[in-house]
Formats: sequence, structure tokens, C-alpha cells
Amino acid sequence: MEIKEGIFYTESHEWVKVEDNTAYIGITDFAQDALGEIVFVELPMEGEEFAQKEAIGVIESVKAVSDLYVPVGGEILESNEDLYDAPEELNNAPYESWMIAVDLADESQLDDLMSAEEYENFCKEEEE
Amino acid sequence: MRKEKDLIFEMSKPGRVAFSLPQDELEEIDLTDEIPAKYLRDEDPELPEVSELEAVRHFTELSTRNHGVDSGFYPLGSCTMKYNAKVNEDVARLAGFTATHPLQDEKMVQGNLELLYQMDQMLSEITGMDRFNMQPAAGAHGELTGLMIMKAYHKQNGNEDKNEIIVPDSAHGTNPASASMVGFKVVEVESNKEGLVDLAALKEVVSDKTAGLMLTNPNTVGLFEEDILEIAELIHDEGGLLYYDGANLNPIMGQVRPGDMGFDVIHLNLHKTFGTPHGGGGPGSGPVGVKEELVKYLPKPLVEKDGAEYYFDYDLPDSIGKVRSYYGNFGVVVKAYAYILALGAEGIKQVSEDSVLNANYLKEQLKEHYALAYDRICKHEFVLSGKKQKKNGVKTLDIAKRLLDFGVHPPTIYFPLIVDEALMIEPTETETVETLDQFIETMIQIAREAEEEPEKVQQAPHNTVVGRLDEATAARKPKLRWKSEK
Repeated sequence: MEIKEGIFYTESHEWVKVEDNTAYIGITDFAQDALGEIVFVELPMEGEEFAQKEAIGVIESVKAVSDLYVPVGGEILESNEDLYDAPEELNNAPYESWMIAVDLADESQLDDLMSAEEYENFCKEEEE
Repeated sequence: MRKEKDLIFEMSKPGRVAFSLPQDELEEIDLTDEIPAKYLRDEDPELPEVSELEAVRHFTELSTRNHGVDSGFYPLGSCTMKYNAKVNEDVARLAGFTATHPLQDEKMVQGNLELLYQMDQMLSEITGMDRFNMQPAAGAHGELTGLMIMKAYHKQNGNEDKNEIIVPDSAHGTNPASASMVGFKVVEVESNKEGLVDLAALKEVVSDKTAGLMLTNPNTVGLFEEDILEIAELIHDEGGLLYYDGANLNPIMGQVRPGDMGFDVIHLNLHKTFGTPHGGGGPGSGPVGVKEELVKYLPKPLVEKDGAEYYFDYDLPDSIGKVRSYYGNFGVVVKAYAYILALGAEGIKQVSEDSVLNANYLKEQLKEHYALAYDRICKHEFVLSGKKQKKNGVKTLDIAKRLLDFGVHPPTIYFPLIVDEALMIEPTETETVETLDQFIETMIQIAREAEEEPEKVQQAPHNTVVGRLDEATAARKPKLRWKSEK
């Protein structure tokens, strides 16, 4: 299982990459492996605003339908619409396939997230 | 082994027909005079051209490819795939039922009304509720109806700010979906290590905003919620209502009653618990029952009795209205009515006892070979985890596919979500010990294969008409119909 350095992680297996003031959000390798082959995604509209940890989208795999939670609150700047036609990219390259870009409203919310090392330990515990 | 079959379109030979029409006595008309040109097609439709015998053979052969309870074991957890006795079909086909029309005068269909009235009473007796309405056409429809009743109740009592429905994380997906459809906010509550609702976690989410709690008991992992009385008190103290999802009534029927546990609203799945066909075998039926204080919100009409005469009562000003045309899937209600009468009070008890016995027998025999999610006495179903096998690269999906090779419908898999690699098994009461033993033997063989020759399981099924289907591509790029190459 791949865990990338230098980005943030959540307990619900999303990753967050911050560039300038924009938070790019996707799902981790652990998440895509647990979900199995992803066949459909539903993402929020540009301009919608969400609070931290709110469910903002849906990920459907051959196994189950799961919610996507937003790790940091703010306005949706963009949804990655390429994923509508190619949801399999979430399986193929989870860390390259960002799902939404959020205007980071409150930087302190990043403190609630895990580092790569913390996330690795968290996943180990989950496996047991 | 049977081969993959041509589509009927692919069997087509130009000019081959299965009919012969008499010479037309009417004068030919020019369609373009009658119908605007844009609605007319330029070419003939490409319908299959086959002989009558070819058509009959084609569809007869296809019909034998169904797997149903009549053809083999079907331990699909949470679905209660029990045998549907044929005598109930006979009863539902009596002319007095089939030859009546829903708009017929009440005086002419007194027998039908009497049946609905008695069914209401019997279901109330079994569940401890006060009144039932048979309109909802299936389980989720029953949930929607029940939640609409809860909403109407809070609204009329001036509690419109009660807008949260609490749902356990093990719940059927329809529960949160139905609550959202009715405009409630869904609040999830965690299960504890024993697979039951975590009381401490529940206390944290209950508030003056709580409109109600939706629960199945026994719950989705097949365990009885022992704290149900305390749970009910918690919700009621905040003015909330308790909704009982009747999906899992089978193992407690005739033993304990949801009404006595404190539930205010309930739906039943006649096509699970009360022996009527399930899924493609026929329409469902999801009657909704309520306690006295909620009767006035039930869908209308209700069947009432005046002296010796039955009639439809539409005079229910607080009713949420109709949720389906006429009176629900009446034929299904007839079958369930016949089922209840055939069993009687003692038989109903035996059903629940045997369903629990069968499930526990399977669980005890299989727990050595598969990880058991919750090792304690279960009710009608139990949840195994494929995590032992996963270490060898064999996933639960592979185990399910391998079962097809043995003519068994696989259990529910990857549900409930709170168990990793879940296999949810519900044998029901109608299986013999020989069938259960055969299933145990098969499951043990698959566990052994997973260890010794994992590829065999990973590549299953081997004996079916088609091998492993590419479900991901089927979902991503579905081909929903045949298209000609022209």
C-alpha cells in the first residue's frame, strides 16, 4: 500500500494536498483497495460551500456505495469532472486523481488531519 | 456444462415467421395521410425472425437458468429466502379474489374487505401494534410511509424542528435513504464491539432535534438488541418515535413483539417473513403498522366494520393520504394471510425457533473455518468474515463466486459494512439438516481450496454458463441492449 509523503490524511481515508490556498482532495490507496473497482462518482457543484467533515459526494464501487467527506471546510472551486467518464483513475492512480478543489477557509483545520507517518500507523491498526 | 446462448436476435433468419395471418378484409390506407411523417420510421424495425418452436425453446431454456428457492439453497442474508408454499398461490388464485375489481361496490367484495380487516388484526397481534395499512408495495415503500407518518405526527404537535433520524451504522441502506427522502437529516450511531447499538454513543446524538430512531431487531448482524427497552426510553424521553424495520422479524415472530419493545411504527416485509415470493418471483408488500396515537396518520382508506358489514373509511382528515393506488398488492396480502392461517399461533412460533436453530447450527459448524464477526448466539442470520482467506489472496467475492459451482446462491457479501469482507448467511427455517450439512461441506471445501489452491477460487466459477464476469466494465460501460451491426 502506498502512502505519499508531504500530504495530509483523514481517518475516513481521504488525502489533502495544499497548494497556495487551495486544498486538493482525493482518496487514498488504502481506500481504493478497500472499495474495489470504482464505477461511479458523484461530486459537488462548483461554488457550493461545505463545513469540515460534511458528506459532499458519493463513490460507488462494485462492492458498495460510500460517502466522500470533505476534510476541510470551504467553497468548492472545482470538481474533477474527468472522473465521471474515467472513475477507474481513482483505482489506477489514487494520488494523481484529485476529486475536488476547495478554497481553504480555515488553515487551522489542517491540524485535525494526520501526517503520512500517523496515517500509516492508523491503517495498520485498522487492518488488525 | 451448458453453453452460452445466442440472443434471439442472433438466431434470426430473414423471412422466418411464427404466425400466419388471414387475408386482410380491410382496405389498405396510406399511413402518411394519418400520421405526421416525422413519427413514421424509414426502415422496418429489426425484430427477430424465428419459428414458433425456436421462440418457445429459447425462452423455456432461459427460464431454466433462474436460480430460485425452488431450484436450490439460497442463504441470502437479510432477505429471508424461505420456501413459498404453493398452496398459498392456489388460495390467491381463487376466483373470488382474482375476478374482483378494486372499483367494485363494497357490498360485492365483502370477502376481500373481511380478509384485509382480519389481516390487519393478525399482523397487529403478531407485532404488538394497533392498526395496519396494507398499501405500501415493498419494504422501502413501507419505510417511506412510516417516516411520513412520523413527520406528520411531529408537525401536528408543533415540533417541526424535530428533523433528525438516528440510524445505526449497521442499518440497511434503505433506512437512511428513506429518511432523507422524507426530508429528515440522518444521524449515524456507531455499533459497539458486540455488534449492538452503542448506548453511550446513542446518548451523545439524542437531542431535542431527534424525530426518531430506525432500528431492526434482531439487527443486521443477526443479534438481538438487548438494550432495546433502554434505547426506547432514551428516544421517547426526548419526544422521538421508534421505527421498527421488519426485515428481521422472522426469528422473533411469536416470541417477542416490537410493540412491547417500545416501537411506535413498523413495516413488515410480507415477501420475507410471511412466505410470499420475493424479488422477481412476484411483487412485494410492506404493510405499515402503528400504535394507537398514530392511527389517524395512516394512509387511507382503512377497512372498518359496521355490524356485519365491512366498508372503506376515507374519513381520516389527518391521514398522510394514499401512498399507492387502491389497497396495495392485494394478491400478496392474500398469500400471506393464507400463510398465517396455515401455520397458526403454534406454527408461527416454530418458524422463528427453527430459523434460529438453523442459523446457529451453520454458525457453529463454520466458525472454525471462517472468521466469525460476533461469536455469540445469533438469531436468524450471522456474519462471517473472509479475512482469514484474504491473507491468501482469496476475497469474499471469490468465495461467493465459487459457491455458484456448487449450485448454491451465495450469501449477501460486503454487507453489513461494519464487518470487513462480510459474508452474511441466513438459511431460514425451511431447509433440512441435510441441505445445511451439504452447504457446510461445500464451505469447508472452499476454505481448504483457498489455502491449498487459491487460483481455483480466485478464478471461479468454473461450472456455470459463463465464467467470471467483468462487473466493473459492465457498470462503467454498460451495454443495455442488443444493437444490430447494420
